Amino acid sequence: MNIELAQVSRWYGNVVAVNDVTMTIGPGVTGLLGPNGAGKSTLLHMMAGFLAPSTGTATLDGTPIWRNHQIYRSIGLVPEREAVYGFLTGWQFVLSGAKLHGLPSPEDAAAKALAMVEMESAKDRRIETYSKGMRQRVKVAAALVHDPRVLLLDEPFNGMDPRQRLHLMDLVRELGASGRTILFSSHILEEVERVAQHIEVLVAGRHAASGDFREIRRRMTDRPHLFRVRSSDDRRLAAALIADGSSGAVSLGPAGLEVQAVDFRRFTWLLPRVARDAGITLTEVSPADEDLESVFSYLISGSTR
Amino acid sequence: MNSVVAGITFRAVLGRRRVLLLLLLPLLLLGLAALLRALGSTDEKAAITLMQVYAIGTMLPLLGLIAGTGTIAPEIDDGTIIHLLSKPISRPVIATTKFAVAAGLLVLFAAVPTFLAGYLLLRGEAGIAYGFAVGSVVGGVAYAAVFLLLGVVTRHAVTVGIIYAVVWENLVGGYVPGARNFSIQQWAQTFAAEISTSGFLNASVSMGFAVPAVLIVTVGSVVWAGQRLRVLSLTGDE
Repeated sequence: MNIELAQVSRWYGNVVAVNDVTMTIGPGVTGLLGPNGAGKSTLLHMMAGFLAPSTGTATLDGTPIWRNHQIYRSIGLVPEREAVYGFLTGWQFVLSGAKLHGLPSPEDAAAKALAMVEMESAKDRRIETYSKGMRQRVKVAAALVHDPRVLLLDEPFNGMDPRQRLHLMDLVRELGASGRTILFSSHILEEVERVAQHIEVLVAGRHAASGDFREIRRRMTDRPHLFRVRSSDDRRLAAALIADGSSGAVSLGPAGLEVQAVDFRRFTWLLPRVARDAGITLTEVSPADEDLESVFSYLISGSTR
Repeated sequence: MNSVVAGITFRAVLGRRRVLLLLLLPLLLLGLAALLRALGSTDEKAAITLMQVYAIGTMLPLLGLIAGTGTIAPEIDDGTIIHLLSKPISRPVIATTKFAVAAGLLVLFAAVPTFLAGYLLLRGEAGIAYGFAVGSVVGGVAYAAVFLLLGVVTRHAVTVGIIYAVVWENLVGGYVPGARNFSIQQWAQTFAAEISTSGFLNASVSMGFAVPAVLIVTVGSVVWAGQRLRVLSLTGDE
């Protein structure tokens, strides 16, 4: 099944949260990547029928999503907010979901869903006694209980320990491989890269990039990188680096050298060799703009060119 | 009506600390009735004053507020309601179910104790106990619907509800007779007076007004709450 957004915008008062986004989410796993506050949750809520687009349309295989409770036969939703009915046990929670879906044999469906997230052993404890990761898993089980064709997950890996995270990543990959349409949001590139075949990047409410993860990764690494370098002789190192074309601007400051690497691969290969040949000892090489914000702002400046 | 929604709602309301008020207020009513009986002041007038001022005038609106808003507002606040809303169940059915739970709680915690207190004081005298019990049921149903609606349309449901019950019904209604027409507790008293034969019990709103008013307000509030639930927007933490 396909979720289609056509020229969707959403604003709150004067604040634009999502700005003219058009995208189609098809079968397989899609990662919705963007920094915090980019509008990922807003977009996901519009796909899940919990928010009306201010303009544009959100449809599931051509059927409008907003004000249509029948879509939940096909959609499973894992919200970001942790709150679930804490007085229910994991089993009661997932079973209630199965019954609300009107499944023919709710007990079997609930047992199967809990097994998928490896929560059988804790299923008879009240949810309020669960860790954050366990709550997350029981929410995933409740979303999967009716075997939906579409699964939407808002920041699903937050708060999970590494083992649980790997397990959920495997599960999401398997579900995607079986032909389901899966979308999850994340602000961590590595997470998205490990699970999603397809990535949609959202920055400041705008659809900044879309494509295969290799394509996105290449666009993220092929940008000009800024490095901070300290060595035994910054001045001579600067001269040697300028002589090679792989570095753009080189500036010498009190905190050491700032080098703009135009060709990332060549620069990382070149720097140690140049230093060795000139007899200079490198004491520090650190990226000055590796934070996601600058990566994203590069992407969005690229998308508007 | 959906039994799963009802079950979860029931447990959610009774699991909160506010449930203590659901118990304390009727216990206080029964205590006062027992006290009056022990003091020997079991005349009709004293009993009717207790019923009017406390059972209908104070306890019923407060319990209505706890039960009516409590069946939905906290779930909307913390987002747990997504579990119910992300299912192929029509939203009006969810609203109606939650209304039924709230109304049921009010029968249990307001109408039944009201009847018991009345019976304790007067037995079957002049139908006063029966009258106030029916009045409590009618008022409870209307309060459940109105406060459920408040819980859906505003995040300040409890504040708005208190302002309605205290300022409008008790304060304005006390001085401006016309305002009593738009007071749920006055409608409850109309039903009580209709059933009772006591000469001390007079209603300021006629049955001809109270019956359609209760019906319109109750049905209208539940329908409106269902429609508002259909367009309930959830925003993320961003």
